[in-house]
Amino acid sequence: MKQPASLEPGLVIPGRSHGLLDVPRWRFLLSLLVKKELRVRYRGSALGLLWSYVKPGVQLIVFYIAMGKFLGLERGIPNFVIYLFSGMVIVNFFGEVFGNTTKSIVVNADLVKKIYLPRELFPVASVWVAFIHLVPQLVVLIVAALVSGWRPGLLNIAAILGALVLTVVFALGLGLMFGAFNVLFRDAENFVELILMMAAWVSPVLYTWAHVATVIPDSLDWVYKLYPITAAVELNHVGFWIPTAAVAERYPQGTGPLIDSLPMWAGAALVLSVLWLVVGQTVFSRLESRFAQEL
Amino acid sequence: MTRAIVVDHAVKQFTLRHTWSIKEYVVWNLTGRGGELKESFLALDDVSLTVRQGESVGLLGRNGSGKSTLLKLISGVLRPDRGQVGVRGRVAGLIEVGAGFHPDLTGRENIYLNGSILGMTERDIDARLDEIIAFSEIEGRFIDSEVKFYSSGMFLRLAFSVAAHSHPDVFLIDEILAVGDEPFQRKCLERIAELRQAGQTLVIVTHDLNLVSRVADRGIVLASGRTVFDGPIDGAVARLRGEG
Repeated sequence: MKQPASLEPGLVIPGRSHGLLDVPRWRFLLSLLVKKELRVRYRGSALGLLWSYVKPGVQLIVFYIAMGKFLGLERGIPNFVIYLFSGMVIVNFFGEVFGNTTKSIVVNADLVKKIYLPRELFPVASVWVAFIHLVPQLVVLIVAALVSGWRPGLLNIAAILGALVLTVVFALGLGLMFGAFNVLFRDAENFVELILMMAAWVSPVLYTWAHVATVIPDSLDWVYKLYPITAAVELNHVGFWIPTAAVAERYPQGTGPLIDSLPMWAGAALVLSVLWLVVGQTVFSRLESRFAQEL
Repeated sequence: MTRAIVVDHAVKQFTLRHTWSIKEYVVWNLTGRGGELKESFLALDDVSLTVRQGESVGLLGRNGSGKSTLLKLISGVLRPDRGQVGVRGRVAGLIEVGAGFHPDLTGRENIYLNGSILGMTERDIDARLDEIIAFSEIEGRFIDSEVKFYSSGMFLRLAFSVAAHSHPDVFLIDEILAVGDEPFQRKCLERIAELRQAGQTLVIVTHDLNLVSRVADRGIVLASGRTVFDGPIDGAVARLRGEG
């Protein structure tokens, strides 16, 4: 929009932002919003953040016994519980980022309606909260992996970081878009829950890529592989599961039953996620001017 | 003359939607869009005004005349459908007391949260913390307890105190001058007078005509989304009293 003659230099149009690019300037407020969120979540609880360690720990033990031993899945997939948990950490993280960012604008309606702040602050605060909740799960996973003889190299660590970056970028793009929709139609929240329910089953978390490859036609391979969460889950497998003792023994070449040419697919998924983030931000900016009156 | 706020032929229309679910929306589309799903009304109808730096302006009018909408356009919470709004510098203030407060945080934590929402930096808040607490008259043992244990008066005093020390370039005040008990109200007015003296640009929305005539130089009267008077505050107050 052009600067009209009536506005001399120095006058700015209130309520205009550069989206996510404005967020770093507000990092102090961002840190306070994250602290507030955590405080609210653990209010009145004696164990506080400790609960975040207990839950994944118990979950891991239950999986080990029920799925690994009773269902016998560990016979097909060595160190099954590490395989499962390294995938599930990513799916949980995706769910937390996507779910919370979707709700973030509506939850902060009081602020959005009354004071102008770059509205992207709220989704971004949700991302940091999700990161903090990821830490206990990672700790439990690392302990379990170490017990299973985990010896990661630099590439394995890089794969873990790649998995997290990929998940955040993709989930934030989706979250910005659905967070904006959610202001207009609260149905968005339910829709997102539905997507998240599927997310755990769509990616190779409970099974391996080999199971999928035999079922879906070759011409549709790429759809499955391009889905960013699939790539992130497989990258996390590379990080945590591949370098454990039993797996290294079974698959001496080092790729295991993961999707082939993973670096290429992960790169493609990252490009897709970045594009998606741009789309999400664009939709968010378009709808943002209506937030205060629709909430 | 430096202009601090320019509102140029601003129009703001609100749509009242009668539905909130996609299902209803789809059904409405499928059934041939019978009946009105939306209704709209004009909250601001071609409003223009200019506020100079250092001016203290009262926005007056009956309920629903568009005062708060205009204030929200100036703060950037809402954007005009047509026309332009421009401001110089940082706009902040008390739009609604305690919008940025959280009951589960302590008084001190709320000062930081609310202060940074109003655009203060961490260093600003550190530097003015003692002043803010002193002004709010909240005792030492309460400042580190959670705000949910505060009386409503304490809560309002703290909120006002944070805003009054936030030093924005344009300070907006929406209907919060009746804060706390009488001595504290007097103190608030003194503070506003001080800010005014120091050259702070002020825009005040209120129904309290006695009060606004003491803190504003100029009055703008809105009626049904239009400016019907713009001049000295006494004239504006007389105009409203005349309408009775």
